[in-house]
Amino acid sequence: MCVDISYTIMNCRSEVLEVSVEGRQVDEAMLAVLHTILLHRSTGKFHYKKEGTYSIGTVGTQDVDCDFIDFTFVRVSSDELDRVIRKAVAEFKDALGNSGSDGMGQISLEFYQKKKSRWPFSDECIPWEVWSIKVNVVNLANEQERQICREKVGEKLGEKVINIVEVINRHDYLPKMPTQSEVDNVFDTSLKDVQPYLYKITYQITDSLGTSVSTTMRRLIKDTLAL
Amino acid sequence: MDSDLSPQDKKDLDKFIKFFALKTVQVIVQARLGEKISTCSSSSPTGSDWFNLAIKDIPEVTHEAKKALAGQLPGIGRSMCVEISLKTSEGDSMELETWCLEMNEKCDKDIKVSYTVYNRLSLLLKSLLAITRVTPAYKLSRKQGHDYVILYRIYFGDVQLTGLGEGFQTVRVGIVGTPIGTITLSCAYRTNLALMSSRQFERTGPIMGIIIDHFVERPFTNMAHMHPCSYRAPGEDEGGTYAGIEDSQEVCTTSFSTSPPSQLLGIICTCLQKCVCCFDLTEVAKYVSLPNQMVVPGKEGGVPQMPAQPTHGTAAEHGRIPSCPTGQSPQPAPPTSCSSKVKTVSPSDALETTFTRKVGAFVNKPTTQATTTSLDLPFAAFAPRAYDLQENDPMVHPPPSPAPSSPLQGSLHSNTSSHSGGQPQDDFVMVDFKPAFSKDDLLPMDLGTFYREFQNPPQLASLSIDVSAQSMAEDLDSLPEKLAIYEKNIDEFDAFVDTLQ
Repeated sequence: MCVDISYTIMNCRSEVLEVSVEGRQVDEAMLAVLHTILLHRSTGKFHYKKEGTYSIGTVGTQDVDCDFIDFTFVRVSSDELDRVIRKAVAEFKDALGNSGSDGMGQISLEFYQKKKSRWPFSDECIPWEVWSIKVNVVNLANEQERQICREKVGEKLGEKVINIVEVINRHDYLPKMPTQSEVDNVFDTSLKDVQPYLYKITYQITDSLGTSVSTTMRRLIKDTLAL
Repeated sequence: MDSDLSPQDKKDLDKFIKFFALKTVQVIVQARLGEKISTCSSSSPTGSDWFNLAIKDIPEVTHEAKKALAGQLPGIGRSMCVEISLKTSEGDSMELETWCLEMNEKCDKDIKVSYTVYNRLSLLLKSLLAITRVTPAYKLSRKQGHDYVILYRIYFGDVQLTGLGEGFQTVRVGIVGTPIGTITLSCAYRTNLALMSSRQFERTGPIMGIIIDHFVERPFTNMAHMHPCSYRAPGEDEGGTYAGIEDSQEVCTTSFSTSPPSQLLGIICTCLQKCVCCFDLTEVAKYVSLPNQMVVPGKEGGVPQMPAQPTHGTAAEHGRIPSCPTGQSPQPAPPTSCSSKVKTVSPSDALETTFTRKVGAFVNKPTTQATTTSLDLPFAAFAPRAYDLQENDPMVHPPPSPAPSSPLQGSLHSNTSSHSGGQPQDDFVMVDFKPAFSKDDLLPMDLGTFYREFQNPPQLASLSIDVSAQSMAEDLDSLPEKLAIYEKNIDEFDAFVDTLQ
């Protein structure tokens, strides 16, 4: 049974989604959820002009059919962003496979703002929204079960998309639109075509006892906490 | 309410709502075209991409949406709805979902129109993009083609959900508060997908095709509250304009300002007036890639049940009748509906399909006169004709002539043609149903008899071994040789097995 949880701690909104998938469905399920979130948390590129005005580029979208799940999701038309997300999901899946656990793990997508600190302190990253996707990998015995799983996981992902949309449309806290000097504290401006809010993807693998064996923190964006 | 809003804000808000409604229709209809949608991101604003989203405008869809709106805007008590239906090749149709853009009275007077409302509407469109791929109609629309097509209808006024059947579900896409009310976008979708009979849909209105089909005749012309739409056939050019934007194009060049210290942001919208756009109708085919509508039997083997088909169902399906006359007077007071069929169909392709009813093998046929001509039975030459119990069979009525006016119409009505000889119109449907191995009243052969009779069929000659030619001893003698050959080629066999794994 999958129970999705939503809570707020210190003005950071946290959403937890749970999915149970077969091994070969992990990639697509994670991509579907992460891309759906990023679709809503990406804007067009900002172009600042004189007099404190700026214009916003256009975000394109494209449908992605899953091969192992009866599901189609929409992602932002940005190959760069897609590569970054796919890389993160692939690492998560490898970690799941190599951990020797029962196939349980969690991948988190965290949106944060940077707060400049004076020297010698490094910039502070303040999360304002965290999406955690708990994954439970199941093993199936035969093709019939796999076929049923294709459809069931497709339905479940549909429910997750509805949950995500519901949270997004509560119109809770969003960072204020920044000035030109502060845009890199709010948005990831490294991509050529779109501009998502600053985010990081991390994952944890859980062993059979339910404890976190390794907290493998992988920062996949260029702006890190390094001094 | 409105008095608190500045004239510029009011003007902006009306424009946002108008274009949001148009883009909503585009997203929904394009999501039901049956193909994957892809648009490109652009780092530079183009000025025509409302809400900073690349959503193409199918001109005909925009045209129909504007016709439905008839110069009004969605507001309190005035909802804009997009109804998605499925129509089978047999003429049955079924409402699948209804998307509703509504406004309630809850106002958010403090919200910034020019920034917050605009961005939230953009977010809502993204949510719509995501949700349109999740409802059950999406999968159906991706598989549309030979057996059914997906149609749409836009109407303005009161929301009508009765056609969705019992137990329909509702999903809310999102809400956006504005100073004049809260915009809500939701979808009600059918959960019971059992196809209803066409009779129940004689009272429903015409529906618009997702793909352009300008030749579809309105099958339901006696609807008091529905109004036919005028169409332009492809190539027909009334001044060359079938513009998604009628006489003025409003281009939103959005600039946002960062204004410290209050961080107030405003939009400077530049509207370009009087830009007349000419669209070639054939351009719309770019958005269309569905196969032709072919009437093929939806079932394999046996004889599908054929309810009594109104002939207009067939004609509407293949659009051999020219389009509705143009220049019809606009619709009266709401609910205003605008229906159009949007599909390119090659009529010749549609007519080439011949539906041949086939009965299963071994089904005994009745008399030659009654059945072999009207029912087109295969293996008719092999059927025993010893009996003529036609008069005892209430289900068999010989047709006057087997030749239909068109292959399509004849095939679809091969069952009902037998009733055309003056049978009174009843509420029940006479179906000559002959599944394979069914009991046939005309011949005294039931399943048990058949089974006993054919329980021990003779062995096929090709499988029999001529015993005199080879003895057991000879077989045994040749075995070592054969084994030696197989052992020599064992690598080949292993390689073959590996390829199978």
